[in-house]
Amino acid sequence: MKKVLLPALLASLLIACSGTGDQAADGTAGSAGSGASGSDTTTAAVTDSSITRNDMGALGDGSSSGTSATDGSASGSIASLTDPNHILSQRTIYFDFDSFVIRPEFAELIEAHASFLKNHGQIKMMIQGNTDERGSREYNVALGQKRAEAVKRSLVLLGVEEAQIESVSLGEEKPRCTESTESCWAENRRSDMLYTGEF
Amino acid sequence: MTMKLPLRALLACWVVLFATVVHAQLSIEITGASATRFPLAIPTLENENRLPDSVSDVIRADLERSGLFGLVDTGLQTYPESQIPDLPALRKRGADAVLTGTVVALTDGRFSIRVRLFDTIRRVELGALSLHMSAKQNRVTGHRIADFVYEKLTGQPGYFSTRIAYVVVRGARHELQIADADGMNPQPALISREPIISPSWSPDGKRLAYVSFEKKKPIIYIHDLPTGQRQQVAAFLGSNSAPAWAPDGKRLAVVLTKDGPSQMYIINADGSGLKRISFSESIDTEPAWSHDGRWIYFTSDRGGSPQIYRVPSDGGDAERITFEGSYNVTPRASPDGRNLAYVTRREGRFQVALLDLSSRRSVILTSEPGVESPSFSPNGRMILYASGSASRGVLSAVSTDGRVRQRLTSQAAEIREPAWGPIPRQ
Repeated sequence: MKKVLLPALLASLLIACSGTGDQAADGTAGSAGSGASGSDTTTAAVTDSSITRNDMGALGDGSSSGTSATDGSASGSIASLTDPNHILSQRTIYFDFDSFVIRPEFAELIEAHASFLKNHGQIKMMIQGNTDERGSREYNVALGQKRAEAVKRSLVLLGVEEAQIESVSLGEEKPRCTESTESCWAENRRSDMLYTGEF
Repeated sequence: MTMKLPLRALLACWVVLFATVVHAQLSIEITGASATRFPLAIPTLENENRLPDSVSDVIRADLERSGLFGLVDTGLQTYPESQIPDLPALRKRGADAVLTGTVVALTDGRFSIRVRLFDTIRRVELGALSLHMSAKQNRVTGHRIADFVYEKLTGQPGYFSTRIAYVVVRGARHELQIADADGMNPQPALISREPIISPSWSPDGKRLAYVSFEKKKPIIYIHDLPTGQRQQVAAFLGSNSAPAWAPDGKRLAVVLTKDGPSQMYIINADGSGLKRISFSESIDTEPAWSHDGRWIYFTSDRGGSPQIYRVPSDGGDAERITFEGSYNVTPRASPDGRNLAYVTRREGRFQVALLDLSSRRSVILTSEPGVESPSFSPNGRMILYASGSASRGVLSAVSTDGRVRQRLTSQAAEIREPAWGPIPRQ
């Protein structure tokens, strides 16, 4: 048995070694970390993505004059998306613990965004659902999806084209507040509405 | 009980860490061991002082860390591989087994390491191993020999030559790292300003699937470790998450929302052949394959609270697996198919539980304030999990009998999402 095992072990060592070219021949105790150790095998593909957030000004530039609200109410121009005094600059719907129900206080905000989307059919919205930190990360991705989906459904019920909206989830991965307190968790249970150019 | 690694082993670790310009320094602490540990002597190898760094220290540290062995001190004497040692004398010193060995310098600058393992009670040789190594390969060589000793004495494969993947978070910097199972030699595979979660090893240990949020939504990538090349495997409308590599190495179970709620699908590793396998109006997520590929365990809230179910991987009705408590998530089937590890919430705390799939009885294995992401060692004996906080990164491991405990800590950063890689082979 012992002698039978040896060639098998050596063979496996050889293979383990094959990823690292500088470590030679037969029977060598190959780097068990052959994949991620050694010279050029540790390509750390650096992903730099967060600074792509365009200012809405870029989008709003030429068009802010033309597209004024048709009904004269809350559906503002593109510039109003970033106007702190305009309701369209509010982008967050908060949720109760373990809930996906949009509270009545957010009805006006949802209606304003629905109206804007209907008047700007070329503009798309991404809704990112979020959860607090408690529980499994992947289960929270699924819970966040339900929060994003709830907002999307409300907008679609108000007449927005479904194809204009993508609902996604960030789970617990992008908290606004990082303390483990109830008030902090409440801030993280939310859906954020982003427009073309913001995601 | 708390045991520290021998000083020399720690120094050796320091050298390795320093030499590779490390990103997160992990240190290991053993916080529990088996009640009865097998007494074992691993003397310094003959001519080991010709090596720049010790091999026997690595073997001793590995076996001691497993919690199964108690090391018997045999002093400075060496036991050449060419001779049968005085087994009765070693027995008298308390060693039930001894590893003898010799280092021979080869003409090309490398070294030959030859070891033999003896049973001092039955007075028989249990096996022999011969390896060649370069001067820098003391750790790899030590791990291989520790695997050999572990397998000869326990009948199970060792896990000292395996690797672990985990995510280090420092502020906005998210780094997917691969390290040896003892936390040494950490290497970054991916650095991102956006979160990375759910790493899953391919069965051959060459690729990792994971979820990255770098495009403002969860997308599943497959990352080839030897080349560093990565590709999107699932980037459908909505969220793409929870990849789990099938035992055949060709397919993954994934969770998509392109058709509405979070549902499970199977997809080929090249992104082709998408097939939906769950059809509910509820959340179905966290798929985990059984060792034989027949079942997929998953988390679903179809019963009102998140519980674990399983479904045949080729389709069929779901069967509920967990009943106790109101929050049971993150199923992980053991490599032998007998047990299921998962996370359960008890009195507001998240703990790792282990369910015996035949008796359907479960035990809680942890007692920290909160844990997540359990992952079996490839021999099924240990479960690695994250137990840290934003201020202190902690990966912990516990044996499935709950007796052996160890901690990998980093003071510098948060460590999340550990995934224990397979035993290296073909």
